Amino acid sequence: MAEHEIVIAGFGGQGLLFTGKVLAYAGLLEKRQLSWLPSYGPEMRGGTANCNVILSDKTVGSPIVQNPNVLIVMNNPSLDKYENAVVPGGKIFLDSTLITRKVERTDVDVFYIPATQMATDMGIHGLANMILLGAVIRETACIREETLPEALHHVIPARKADLFDYNMKAIQAGKDYR
Amino acid sequence: MKETVLMKGNEAIAEAAILAGCRHYFGYPITPQTEVAAYMAKKMPKIGGTFLQAESEIAAINMVYGAASTGKPAMTSSSSPGIALKCEGISYLAGADLPALIVNVQRGGPGLGGIQPSQADYFLVTRGPGHGDFHVLVFAPASVQEMADLTGRALHLAWKYRMPAMLLADGTMGQMMEPVQLPEPHNAFGTDNPWATTGTELKRPHNIINSLELSPEKLEQNNFSRYERYRQVEENETLWEEYLMDDARICIVACGITARISRNAIAEARKEGIKVGMIRPITLWPFPKAPLARAAEQVDSLLCVEMNMGQMKEDVVLAIRCQKPVDLCARVGGMIPTPDEVLAHIRTLAKGGNA
Repeated sequence: MAEHEIVIAGFGGQGLLFTGKVLAYAGLLEKRQLSWLPSYGPEMRGGTANCNVILSDKTVGSPIVQNPNVLIVMNNPSLDKYENAVVPGGKIFLDSTLITRKVERTDVDVFYIPATQMATDMGIHGLANMILLGAVIRETACIREETLPEALHHVIPARKADLFDYNMKAIQAGKDYR
Repeated sequence: MKETVLMKGNEAIAEAAILAGCRHYFGYPITPQTEVAAYMAKKMPKIGGTFLQAESEIAAINMVYGAASTGKPAMTSSSSPGIALKCEGISYLAGADLPALIVNVQRGGPGLGGIQPSQADYFLVTRGPGHGDFHVLVFAPASVQEMADLTGRALHLAWKYRMPAMLLADGTMGQMMEPVQLPEPHNAFGTDNPWATTGTELKRPHNIINSLELSPEKLEQNNFSRYERYRQVEENETLWEEYLMDDARICIVACGITARISRNAIAEARKEGIKVGMIRPITLWPFPKAPLARAAEQVDSLLCVEMNMGQMKEDVVLAIRCQKPVDLCARVGGMIPTPDEVLAHIRTLAKGGNA
């Protein structure tokens, strides 16, 4: 399997680190080499935040993703920041409810998903991140579908275990969106 | 070995310390190491241990002094400005020949600096963090697995040699998650601490833990015997990793996160046919002088990759006795060098120039 160097970026509170943890746990279950690196500090409290995840079959060198081949992006400033960092041929998944402009690059695949609107319509406010993740899994096969439920169980805290089904529903909606 | 789990570096330090038998943690919160304290706060009360948030860093290190005096494994953790505050206490621990573990998850400085990762405390911790002639063991892990492994080792050696040990990480290493295999619970300390103040039961003379010695003759002897132990440490406990050094003409020297970044640059340079390898010091004190001196005979030049203005470079230049040019790729203040920046230095050196 190819190496996936993933950046997930947006505002603090959008579940960016959570999304990265789901990917990281799935990688752990699949016995892959991996790293998960969050931004930390004031940006977690409302500013732009991001999370770097590397899933690989080789020893991970730097855990800092300089040029992602998968970019999940949930606000305008983060698209401005990371659009040009994506490798040619890379894939960008963006929340088109929150991001008002189009991607200017022509050498990358872009998936416009109105994830925040979809989450509101489905009554699962706050799970736009998981809708995007569904599309990422479909398009990149960065993790296997069968490891996803167990990974989710690991990452969802025990006191919120009842949210598991909503997360799965959101991921499915992302997979189905065309 | 237990199953592989996913943990932050800071959490791995805390869990590894508990598994090694440490039951006394004293701390004061500071970014980017707060997860160590948070983990201890959750765990210690459940296993009969002590978690205590002190009123300051200075109080915390002195609580470590107190617990260590009774022979109990004790530790504290902080980040750069907090470590500076602890230096008086660390000197007293060294002067009283007490073991302790101090974790330093570095951030940019000087002063309050910032909260982003840094390696700027190299001088502070490798020269003896405090007043007087002394050293502490300094370990520089480069993965979450090593953070766990070296925590146990640091505790063990601190007790073996009766000296403070420091685990030196940075904000990136502390915050990142990687798969880690934790050890089974073990006792890193031994049970016999004849020097500890545990009550004489009227069967032995008093043990006195003190760093004060007003007789210069005796104080000199204390220093001499301490340095005899340091000599043994240098002889037996130096750790390093050699990476692709067999045919190397350029030797990168980097520790911790910058060694990880350098691996990416080495991979790219090797694709271009540049023979570059790396010596990664795992202990910063004792410093791996011998392997560097050997490498200097083989390579054309060396390149230090550091998140400070070349503090480790001074040790490298000394270790190789100025035989070969040593270049520096440095980012500071919380900025992290990219593999491309390291690669640019490697290319310049490969052409025979100094970047």
